[in-house]
Amino acid sequence: MGSRTTFMQSLGILAVLSAVYLLLVFIVPNQYYQLMLTLVAIWAVMGISWNVLSGYSGLVSFGHAAFFGLGAYTVALGLLHFNLSPWIGLPLAGLVGAVAGIIVGLPTFRLRGHYFALAMLAYPLALLYVFEWLGYQEVALPMNRENPAAYMQFSDGRIYSVIALVLLVIAVLVSRWIETTRFGMALLAIKQNELAAEAAGIETRKWKLRAIAISGAIAGAIGGFYAVILIVVTPASVFSMLTSAQALIVALFGGIGTVWGPVIGAAILIPLSETLHAELGNILPGIQGVVFGTAIVLVILLAPEGIFWKIRDLITRSDRDGRSGEAPVATALVDAGELLERPEAMAGKTVLEVKGLSKSFGGLKAVQDVSFKVPEGAVIGIIGPNGAGKTTLFNMLNGFHTPSSGEVIFEGENLVGLQPSGVCKRGIGRTFQVARPFARLSVLDNVLVGAYVRADDDATALRHAREALALVGMEKDAERTAGGLPSKEQRLMELARALAGKPKILLLDEILAGLGSSEINEVIVVLRKLTESGITILIIEHTMQAMLRLADHFIVLDHGALLGEGKPRNIMRDPKVIEAYLGRRWRERA
Amino acid sequence: MSDGLILLENFLQALAAGLMVGCLYGLMCTGLGMIFGIMRVINFAQGDLMMLGMYAAWYLFTGFGILAFLGPYVGPVAAAIVAGPLLFIVGYFLHQFLISRVTGVSVAASDNQGHYAQLILTLGIALILQNGGLILFGSEPVSIRTPMSSSAWEIGPMVGEWVSVFLNKARLVGAIVSVLVALGLYVFVNRTRLGKALRASADNVEAAQYMGINVDRAHRIAFGLGTAITAIAGGLVATYYPFQPYVGIEFVIVMYAGVVLGGLGSIVGAFWGGMTIGLVQQLSTLVLPIQLQNTAIFAVFLLVVFFRPQGLFGKSVERV
Repeated sequence: MGSRTTFMQSLGILAVLSAVYLLLVFIVPNQYYQLMLTLVAIWAVMGISWNVLSGYSGLVSFGHAAFFGLGAYTVALGLLHFNLSPWIGLPLAGLVGAVAGIIVGLPTFRLRGHYFALAMLAYPLALLYVFEWLGYQEVALPMNRENPAAYMQFSDGRIYSVIALVLLVIAVLVSRWIETTRFGMALLAIKQNELAAEAAGIETRKWKLRAIAISGAIAGAIGGFYAVILIVVTPASVFSMLTSAQALIVALFGGIGTVWGPVIGAAILIPLSETLHAELGNILPGIQGVVFGTAIVLVILLAPEGIFWKIRDLITRSDRDGRSGEAPVATALVDAGELLERPEAMAGKTVLEVKGLSKSFGGLKAVQDVSFKVPEGAVIGIIGPNGAGKTTLFNMLNGFHTPSSGEVIFEGENLVGLQPSGVCKRGIGRTFQVARPFARLSVLDNVLVGAYVRADDDATALRHAREALALVGMEKDAERTAGGLPSKEQRLMELARALAGKPKILLLDEILAGLGSSEINEVIVVLRKLTESGITILIIEHTMQAMLRLADHFIVLDHGALLGEGKPRNIMRDPKVIEAYLGRRWRERA
Repeated sequence: MSDGLILLENFLQALAAGLMVGCLYGLMCTGLGMIFGIMRVINFAQGDLMMLGMYAAWYLFTGFGILAFLGPYVGPVAAAIVAGPLLFIVGYFLHQFLISRVTGVSVAASDNQGHYAQLILTLGIALILQNGGLILFGSEPVSIRTPMSSSAWEIGPMVGEWVSVFLNKARLVGAIVSVLVALGLYVFVNRTRLGKALRASADNVEAAQYMGINVDRAHRIAFGLGTAITAIAGGLVATYYPFQPYVGIEFVIVMYAGVVLGGLGSIVGAFWGGMTIGLVQQLSTLVLPIQLQNTAIFAVFLLVVFFRPQGLFGKSVERV
């Protein structure tokens, strides 16, 4: 996606690969090699299935055998009990896989990291025992002698290879479609930082469910085809750990998060392990597993993201070296030191009203009964010592936390109970204390992730993203890779990502943290420009000098409660506030 | 004998089996708990390392018969215990040469990447061990057969001449040894200097480093120790359970279920977690067909991760 290869270009690559594959199918000397080619395609498809969920979204699945096995049994049992032709059985297996994906996904997506991976491991193993218990230890697909072709039975192995190729092409196109649309963007954002994605308006749960449904469908269909090829289905051959592992390994070996990864991985590993199995299988029965295991160990140690990315990084490195001599971005030497005086700023109509908001975690009252109003176009500074509940307040405003009590009224609607993506859709954007760039993507793509929430099509989203970059003065950095940006640019890029969703209110959580004083000035200049354009801003900041230059109004929190609010100048003189937060030094200065 | 008494006898029999198997599972889980708890590394190869432990015990007692002179009662137990140090060496070097590349201080900066790499690396090691085991040991199931495997002590009859509970000797001896080993580990971790260093490294890597603890070495030892403990449990299981090189996958789920149930990071919790899994597995046979007893474990495991990811016994809450 980073390279922005268009869909048409990948069609070209696909056509060439298909031609080579067909050529191989028709020149290889015997059935054995045809079967191997078929298996390459099958495992490439299975790898793509794994990649659609785990490669793109980062949720590692050790349980893809569940979908594969259900597909295989759908075709086998359909043919055995209902005389259902695999031509119908394959799409049906895909459907079964998709449904299984959703059923698995609904509860399992509540888990993250280790727990998700472990839970996924349990599904195929549980199914394995269930199918054994049901008495399906060995299901043979019955031969049909009158009309074999109608039952996907051919004596010429090349036809199977061609069918496998067709399935592979479909899988590549689906996967490529995901990569190049907002679907892929959403999954990638989830992979990088699920909370940030949700806050940028991406309905993470919905996209994850779609991904696992598509992934399950692909795995189910190819599992069904595998049953046709093997003729005999056993629980151990389709639900085993090795099936899940093989899907993961071809994808990871070739390159994670790109459609070509599984294809490369399968093209190298399957022939290698099959050949070893054929040559040495009698003396070394587990040689396939050893090859896969070794492959995966080596990849993790030497090229953790797979061959595709390793080679791509090697190619682009020379490119990057050429660009490193670039002139430093001209520092804006605008004087941002003046105190802000915008007497009319607090006179606008109320756009956001917080009423009696509280949040406790167990016995800890993080925020207690906080109420305030935010007028349109104002800049509200939220200050208070560490642990005062500032970020918790933000987390309630944008939907990360559900308040224990209280209301958040935005344009007449109570936002309490909405998902973060829903809050974002209504026009509240935010940035985070810790900047989280999507490192491999370009700056423009990073911002684009935030643009989809208010754009109906890709073109509008792209326009919004460019406008947002212009607002923060980063148009010329659009094509740079986000991972290499200095921290100020990362902050501005995050700001642009929030702006791309066209928010009415921006929540900025310590956007100046970790910046030097000249960089702070530059960001302040950008923020002031934003306020002039009419955006309402709530900002948490520890740098008091900067706050005084930005905010029209201060809200002071201490121990989760509202300690006071008012004009920054007055707040700075309020002895209560000084004592609670600012300390003696500030009192002396005041 | 009335239906009620049959039911009672079946229940008591399943309960006794559950408690005995539970002790063995508890020990296995304690081994994994050391690794998961101290290093936060998901080790998929734990079941396969256990498989190595089972074969080590088998070769010591049956295959090469080095320990056969100890007789059919002491010999198998001694073989299981000796498998511990052997697998300690395996675990120690496995960590030094492979696992340490994707754990510890070196990957701390790359937030999620570390976990991801660990999962996959240990999966690769698991595949190599399973299939390498197939090459080395063959696919024929073996077990450490002794007179104990097929004899039992009878408790009862408890009601008149009815209701007897039979305790398989191999299982009971295994259970007792498991409890002793687990107690020994507990004392080691809580009372000795090295044990304290291990716990400190688990608590806070940086602080431990400042206190002069060699965290890398502590991790290697913890990994070796965790491997050794699980291997001993495996050696004990081998006295009543036939196994082959793929046996690890059956137990890896048992172990993770137990560790998660016990609460991550709690070694004592891991033992109780394993015990619970043993009870669930055996008691489920009262209501479920025997083929589905492992499915019952998966069901319990899934329920626990969904509803109490901090574990039933654990206090440390960590949701990634």
